[in-house]
Amino acid sequence: MQSTDLYIRPDLGQGARRLPLQALLLAAGLVALAAAPFLLYPVFVMKLLCFALFASAFNLLLGYVGLLSFGHAAFFGGAAYVTAHSVKVWGIDPVAGIALGTLAAAVMGAAMGAIAIRRQGIYFAMTTLALSQMIYFLFLRAPFTNAEDGIQNVPRGHAFGLIDLSQTLNMYGLVVAVFLVGMFAIWRVINSPYGQVLKALRENETRAVSLGYRADRYKLGAFVFSAAIAGLAGATKALVFQIATLTDVAWQMSGEVILMSLLGGVGTLAGPSVGAGLIVTIQNYFATTGFPVNVVLGLLFILCVLCFRSGIVGELAKRARR
Amino acid sequence: MTELFGIPMPVLSGQILLGLFNGAFYALLSLGLAVIFGLLRVINFAHGALYMMGAFIAFLLGQWLGLPFWALLVVAPVLVGVFAVAMEKLLLRHVYGLDPLYGLLLTFGVALVIEGMAQYMFGVAGKPFSQPQALSGVSMIGGMILPHYRVFVIVVALITCLGTWALIERTRLGAFLRAATENRPLVEAFGVNVPVLLTATYAFGALLAGFAGVMGAPVFQVSAFMGSNLIIIVFAVVVIGGMGSIGGAIASGFLLGLCEGLTKVVYPEAANIVVFAIMAVVLFFRPSGLFGKAA
Repeated sequence: MQSTDLYIRPDLGQGARRLPLQALLLAAGLVALAAAPFLLYPVFVMKLLCFALFASAFNLLLGYVGLLSFGHAAFFGGAAYVTAHSVKVWGIDPVAGIALGTLAAAVMGAAMGAIAIRRQGIYFAMTTLALSQMIYFLFLRAPFTNAEDGIQNVPRGHAFGLIDLSQTLNMYGLVVAVFLVGMFAIWRVINSPYGQVLKALRENETRAVSLGYRADRYKLGAFVFSAAIAGLAGATKALVFQIATLTDVAWQMSGEVILMSLLGGVGTLAGPSVGAGLIVTIQNYFATTGFPVNVVLGLLFILCVLCFRSGIVGELAKRARR
Repeated sequence: MTELFGIPMPVLSGQILLGLFNGAFYALLSLGLAVIFGLLRVINFAHGALYMMGAFIAFLLGQWLGLPFWALLVVAPVLVGVFAVAMEKLLLRHVYGLDPLYGLLLTFGVALVIEGMAQYMFGVAGKPFSQPQALSGVSMIGGMILPHYRVFVIVVALITCLGTWALIERTRLGAFLRAATENRPLVEAFGVNVPVLLTATYAFGALLAGFAGVMGAPVFQVSAFMGSNLIIIVFAVVVIGGMGSIGGAIASGFLLGLCEGLTKVVYPEAANIVVFAIMAVVLFFRPSGLFGKAA
């Protein structure tokens, strides 16, 4: 089937056959998560997991609702600021800090979504980009963000007052837990009746509306949820790196998360994580060479759009189905 | 009268002039975006990068060949246009007919490459670019300070915008263009070479961006990322104006520049975000934009 859309249509009726494979992959993934901190640099793996969750949250919107948000950095970075500030200045529990950051992202998502969903397609993308730029300037000016310096030296503290997060493995455990909770929530939403309605909106909004679904409410709900999960990822990243800066709210970050989804496979559950892994690795590699990584990311964008629009996981899934 | 609402007149008039000056750039860029989107159905994210490219080409040609500003104002945009022809033929051509989001993502990728390469070759520090000698003066008219160069830019941008409007709305070529926007197969059936029209349109839009870049070079520093923040504001302008009409793009460009300038007088802290805030308000009350047809 020649599809010109941004997402791969679900292959109904084949789920049963693929289930053992999925279970196998899931098990392999869990084993890899358990082994990773001993094989790789743990902070790198934690960064990767945060971005994987961020990209998955973004993908929920693009892949399952068909909305391209160019402003997701606002939620990622905004939550990072809130968590960093609440943990460092107010001295609250790091887990509560993450929850607060997530909540803040959801609130921002509600405000931004309420305005942005009034336009569709290309205008939606431009509107979210403009609104996130506004949020960027607000954070640049806000008294608690320290402008260019950001919030530095955020203490990781003790989770629930007990677990010392300055121990790398403890922090790693928390990040894995956050990642799994986030991914499970996304998976649960996609496979719920609510998720089915979202897909119906993506496929044919007019028809879904004529069937009595209030498109705007469903879209706003998905937007807020996606923003919250993006915030969860950003809040966790703030604790991992103990810093929240303008980089996380800048539009470049919104572009990166789009590329992660696109590269891995829009509309696939695992794709964004694969894409995030690749991009984070590439960024780490080029950070040492002095060659601007943006050129590489730009070329990847061009390559993805022109040559493989289904992304890595999408292409693999297509091959497996043949 | 030296004061209006407690604001000294020279300050107010200075900011109005500055607002119109910024508005000239918004108008030129949003006009190019609207022309390109009208026919190609592609939002040209690379517009800011092409703007930067115009400024850089002018800077380099000025350095190497010592060309005068007037020559640069012609040569640099033409070179940007040539680059755009190659870009359209090699890349953009392949995304026509796909979801318009792909065009956005493709041109975003191109923008990253152009800006990244500019940063790699020329560093992040801004390059100085002097104003043409003939326009470096300042006039005083009734207490108003008029820097000649700013007035020049506003007038030239206005003429360019009106010329473009006339070209599209009042000439035979423009009629083909509008017809192709409405119904492409039919125009092709009449023997119009639409692929060439598409290339020319993209090149023209890019040329406008390059032209704006050369004019911006003496005032804003020439740097790799001079276009990237500007393009986001221009996107907001385009959302406010609606991309349906050429006149709307021009009017909202100048209008928002003016709003921004006035905000600098009244509440300087909000000057950066006022365009975005207006966008939010407009979307709330008129989702299709000020001049847009209902989508």
